[in-house]
Amino acid sequence: MNLVEIRQLSLWRGQQEVLRVPSLDIRKGEILAIIGPNGAGKSTLLLALAGLIQPHRGDIYFAGRSLMEWKGLDYRRQIALVLQEPLLFDRTVIDNVILGLRFRGLKKETAIQSAREWLERLGITHLDRRRALSLSGGEAQRVSLARAFVLRPQLLLLDEPFSSLDPPTRLALLQDLRSLLKQHQFTAAFVTHHLGEAAFLGDRIAVLGEGEVKQVGSLEQIQEQPQDSNVADFIRHLTTTEAIYYK
Amino acid sequence: MDRELSEVVQITLLSLQISGAATIISLLIGLPLGTFLALSNFMGRNSLLSLVNTGMGLPPVVVGLAVAMILWRSGPLGNLNLIYTPTAIVIAQVIIAAPVVTGLTAAALQSLDPRLRLQLLGLGASRWQMVGELWREARLPLLAALMAGFGSVISEIGASMMVGGNIRYQTRVLTTAIVLETSKGNFDVAIQLSLLLLALTFSVNYALTRIQQRGVRR
Repeated sequence: MNLVEIRQLSLWRGQQEVLRVPSLDIRKGEILAIIGPNGAGKSTLLLALAGLIQPHRGDIYFAGRSLMEWKGLDYRRQIALVLQEPLLFDRTVIDNVILGLRFRGLKKETAIQSAREWLERLGITHLDRRRALSLSGGEAQRVSLARAFVLRPQLLLLDEPFSSLDPPTRLALLQDLRSLLKQHQFTAAFVTHHLGEAAFLGDRIAVLGEGEVKQVGSLEQIQEQPQDSNVADFIRHLTTTEAIYYK
Repeated sequence: MDRELSEVVQITLLSLQISGAATIISLLIGLPLGTFLALSNFMGRNSLLSLVNTGMGLPPVVVGLAVAMILWRSGPLGNLNLIYTPTAIVIAQVIIAAPVVTGLTAAALQSLDPRLRLQLLGLGASRWQMVGELWREARLPLLAALMAGFGSVISEIGASMMVGGNIRYQTRVLTTAIVLETSKGNFDVAIQLSLLLLALTFSVNYALTRIQQRGVRR
């Protein structure tokens, strides 16, 4: 069953079409990894899925209803967005994690109780009273994930959340993220430009290039039967560079 | 002596009331307007921002002249009989302080990472909740804007003199009283009033700074 269906989506910036998605689905409980070179439109797609960019043409359907039928705020409260930088606020860790719950009108005590569960799952209970802006990159990104998970969103949108972390921290976070996503059966769209991350996290991989979805499938399908020479070149390039990077 | 003391107290309280009211009204105008200018994108936004920034340096005597002409008995709002009243001084001071608060509010919010807005909306904030969180995040420069607004009016003299008239027990404030005593050669009284003005300004700013610096990272 599809949670999200994108149909004939077209996004423009000024006079230029920056993203064209004829058709793309995200199944309930699935992790869709979105991969592509810089400027391919990955983050734009994620912001459109978050309802923060209005499409010029086409539509996104969430739980069977067009986003145009959803009230903006109602829809945004079905999702949670994690961006490249943790973007924490100048207050304690626990106050950052309860932020979205407080927006939804939850009492502080109830929100803190839920937040503590996720701090524990992400191994950062000991940081709860620390000032968020004093955390290391890895700790801050864990807080950012806890802030999104605590909302138990129907759709979790992750925009290259580990891109600024060093490889060991990134690997530890990836493993934790994967186990939490699977354990709690979250539906997620995960943007990355690392093939390894996409393969590790994604049930399917969507390859974006030049503002359009080139191919969707498993890593094997994309590697063995690339849609066109652009996809083949891109995947070959990533495979080579990542092999060097992680050596 | 007692009478002189009570007059000084009356002048001090009136100064505080007038400048306090002008600062609060300026905040009520400047905070939403500055927020709108910082967060929205419309044609003419830069021109409006330039106008506000120019307003931050408005000479009080020019404001005094304009307000006096409008409130003068033969002026467009002359029938309101506001000239030479504390209300007239408040109006003039709002015109001086509001651009300061507006301009510094816009600058404070524009200095925040623009992705914070996306992050807040992506966590389910309504537009108002988003603005509230951005104000909270920019609380240090916003309180500085408030202090600058208060500072610009408590110390001004030109507009207060021109639209207030420095009428004893009615519109005499600390700055106009200092000018009057200096012109009469009463330097000792002028110095005492000046010290009082400085103490008053320091006390208000000290209180605001305490609020501002509460919980600041060191």
